[in-house]
Amino acid sequence: MKIHEYQARNLFRKYGIPVPNGVVCHSVEEAEKNIPDDGKLKVVKAQVHAGGRGKAGGVKLAKTMAEVIEKAGQILGMNIKGLTVEKILVADAVDIEKEFYVGLINDRNSKSVTLMASAEGGVEIEEVARVSPEKIIKMPIDSTTGLMDWQARSVALKLFGDIKQVRQAAVILKKLYKLYVETDSSLAEINPLVLTPEGEVLAIDGKMNFDDNALYRQPEILTMREATPDEQKEIEANEMGLSYIRLDGNIGCMVNGAGLAMATMDMIKLYGGEPANFLDIGGSSNPEKVVKAMNILLGDKNVKAVMINIFGGITRCDDVARGLVTALDEIKTDVPVVVRLSGTNSKEGLEIIKNYGLPNVATMSEAAKKAIELSKTEK
Amino acid sequence: MSILINKDTKLIVQGITGRDGGFHASKMKEYGTNIVGGISPGKGGMEVEGIPVFNTVEEAVKATGANASVIFVPAPFAADAILEASYAGIDLVVCITEGVPVQDMIKVNPVLKQNNTKLIGANCPGLITVDECLIGILPGMIFKKGNVGLISRSGTLTYEVVNMLSESGLGQTTCVGIGGDAVSGLYFIDLLERYENDPETDAVVLIGEIGGDAEEQAAQFIKEKMAKPVVAFIAGQTAPPGKRMGHAGAIISSGSGTAAEKIKAFNEAGVPVAKEPSKIPGLVKEKLGI
Repeated sequence: MKIHEYQARNLFRKYGIPVPNGVVCHSVEEAEKNIPDDGKLKVVKAQVHAGGRGKAGGVKLAKTMAEVIEKAGQILGMNIKGLTVEKILVADAVDIEKEFYVGLINDRNSKSVTLMASAEGGVEIEEVARVSPEKIIKMPIDSTTGLMDWQARSVALKLFGDIKQVRQAAVILKKLYKLYVETDSSLAEINPLVLTPEGEVLAIDGKMNFDDNALYRQPEILTMREATPDEQKEIEANEMGLSYIRLDGNIGCMVNGAGLAMATMDMIKLYGGEPANFLDIGGSSNPEKVVKAMNILLGDKNVKAVMINIFGGITRCDDVARGLVTALDEIKTDVPVVVRLSGTNSKEGLEIIKNYGLPNVATMSEAAKKAIELSKTEK
Repeated sequence: MSILINKDTKLIVQGITGRDGGFHASKMKEYGTNIVGGISPGKGGMEVEGIPVFNTVEEAVKATGANASVIFVPAPFAADAILEASYAGIDLVVCITEGVPVQDMIKVNPVLKQNNTKLIGANCPGLITVDECLIGILPGMIFKKGNVGLISRSGTLTYEVVNMLSESGLGQTTCVGIGGDAVSGLYFIDLLERYENDPETDAVVLIGEIGGDAEEQAAQFIKEKMAKPVVAFIAGQTAPPGKRMGHAGAIISSGSGTAAEKIKAFNEAGVPVAKEPSKIPGLVKEKLGI
């Protein structure tokens, strides 16, 4: 789960990480009413779940109150990577001496939370990681001790020259780690962490993601969820035990298992088609689940054919076939459906599908080819 | 020989009185796995499917000499179950449970190291040494005894490939589903090393996914340390960047963990990568000269 910059800043503040003052506004009127006319230089920032806001024109400086209102009007309602800007953050702009990057991630290789830091802050850290990986300091953290003082200090020493600044930064790193662990975060970045000409260390921009598997024990984080319409669909599917991600193609796929679902999408692409989605129905043959899955698939008007790919393991194919038939009876769609069943009791399952009058095929490759063919012929 | 488990493995089932635990305990027993006990706090003394139930893993180990455990408890309690097994001296823990928070797995890891416990999963289908021992939720009937080892991050895709191998006459030694989570137990390299040392395994099939760099590391290992042939498949070649596809591990962002990078690494290590699953048996046969 992602949150907005202003929400990350609120969490930073709660954990004692210094951030410049800022106000969130949903409209120009709100900006006029709530932003103090204190003569300070301000920065107006779009709050959307998309990277590259600056390049898209979603971050602007404003010298006067009149400029704040003007920029707020420009940014609110703007479209950034397909998302409409509904909120802005108006924060005090800060004089910057130098910019740094610090972040925490779950690292699968060291199986630990890992602290990353770089003196090349402010830009896309992924770019730094690709072009000059040696410029990123990595420090795995032992979960039994947490981030130790000496670790925070040794990383800060590589970024800052003055020991007073090192101490400020080390404290920030320790607070960030505490925030990260206590909220079941999966990514916590301060980018940039800045040094002001006065020698103060401040978090200017923050990004946090959270582990979906841990949201059950993070009620406060869950209240911060603001899903885009596509994400909302994905969340609804999850609640049904389905894993769904919408894509831009025209062949809907329904598969049991995430790996097989990805392989199915690959296959469609390999034979010249475009998958409309990723959809993993899990290990159940429950007709209700199949109906819900079909409704989600057919709710996407781009879908011109549906490919159902099931491998029966413990789940028996004849059970799945019965679930499909029940589901199709209920839905009644004109969109052509290709079914491929394999594994346990696949013969019996295919018999049911055949008797129902649906095209059925024995292999994944054939199913993909057939679905592509049908997507082109049907209007 | 085989890797990790065989006919002498003594298994306990943590969460045996739950719906999944009970169902799969009976399936595993049917396959021939030597299940010596089940764990369910407060239900010690009961029997499930003719299997004695204990309150703690420690009691079960004392009474039965169990050396492997499979976990079916709900996600919020899975990490605790892994720790209990580890402290009781269980050698191999297989965690089937999906949805375990990453921070829980990160906390478990140093304890596993300290106690020298091997973990498979979480969020995995388990493993099987054909005709000897099945641990987890794999459908036993699709496997056939032979000389091919298989490691996979996926569930049903694994079954798909195993089925194709079996139908084409390629049997298996041990097949392991390592799970798709961001932080999990034994990984490709840990298993490749064991296959390399297993006299019964002549070739290995590796089924990877987008996300992370485990496949790249595996490729490096194969290049430097393995004499036995390996054939690979990568799922998610067409997945859009930054999207999490069911498996928590299957996420690609900003050019790291893409299928293209993994395929390149394998090709450089002399490992053929199948374009689609159905091509895997042919590639294995080619490598084995059959």
